[in-house]
Amino acid sequence: MRKLTGIIVLIILYSACKFNTNDGPKLPIYGNRDAVTKTVNGKEVTDTVYQTIPDFKFINQYGDSISNKSLNGNIYVADFFFTTCPSICPIMHRNMLKVYDEFKNVSDFKIISHTIDPKHDTVAVLKKYADKLGIKGNAWWLLQGNKEATYELGQKSYLVAVKQDDGTPGGYVHQGWFVLIDKQKRIRGYYDGTDEKQVTKLIGDIKILRTESNTAIAQ
Amino acid sequence: MKVKLIGFIALIICVITISCQSEDQLEFKRYYIGGQLLYQQKCQNCHAAKGEGLSSLIPPLTDTAYLKKNKANLACIVKYGIKETIITVNGKSYEGAMPATDLSPVEIAKILTYVGNSFGNKMGTITSDITEADLQKCK
Repeated sequence: MRKLTGIIVLIILYSACKFNTNDGPKLPIYGNRDAVTKTVNGKEVTDTVYQTIPDFKFINQYGDSISNKSLNGNIYVADFFFTTCPSICPIMHRNMLKVYDEFKNVSDFKIISHTIDPKHDTVAVLKKYADKLGIKGNAWWLLQGNKEATYELGQKSYLVAVKQDDGTPGGYVHQGWFVLIDKQKRIRGYYDGTDEKQVTKLIGDIKILRTESNTAIAQ
Repeated sequence: MKVKLIGFIALIICVITISCQSEDQLEFKRYYIGGQLLYQQKCQNCHAAKGEGLSSLIPPLTDTAYLKKNKANLACIVKYGIKETIITVNGKSYEGAMPATDLSPVEIAKILTYVGNSFGNKMGTITSDITEADLQKCK
């Protein structure tokens, strides 16, 4: 009898645990975080505040102004490139095309590629690049604007290395990271854009993130 | 006795042909395998693993007719790159620059042997002697 009670207790404990975990895999939240203590209704409440992507203002390949608000309600992937890049950009965008093809007709998903050479990569140059790459519509924006603002956004917000260095081929140092951002503008994943396997993982993670944010809305 | 002699001669001829053939094949393999590695390091980012290029930005290496026609000029393209000109590959036009490289003639020969015998191309071994001669004639 005792044994039976023990088993029943175990089963109850197990199901309690199971009840608490949400179904399906979850993605981590990256970036700096702060614990903020606020007073709500006379009670002290401590909340974790995650790093989010701050406001920015750039111009896309169609000449439209794009700010952080233009991405409201979207999951998006960001990367940094330049059109005359001889090293890793072609392979990054060959891989990004796979992401684009998978999600181009999804209304709450976007790709943004920031040029780190805005002097050469004018709106016209970006439009031509987009046409040649074979991308249409508004699922993938190529963004151009103030160089310092772009570098700062890369280094401080997306936490990827971007800088000018005339000693490297093409004149710029940058890493081939694809950064996944959720609808709350938090960083949810880093993927090496030159690695086909990681890009396949990115596609899977975008699907996970979409279910996550859709259930969050439903609740 | 006569049969034995004929058999022996035939055997020798066989051995010579096989060994000669395999020497050619060995040279080809040496170039091809070396070229494959160099291709991965120097070319694959842009021209891709199967030589398919990238959309309309970067031309593929699968146009057998283009490679054949420009065979003598390929070493120059690898060495000195292409400046902003329009080239037509597979009936599609591409413009833009291809960067120059600091590869030696032997390395270029290896890359050309790899590319020239991959992606549907069948050009045989392109030796460093051929490459060196071609490089003399670069414009």
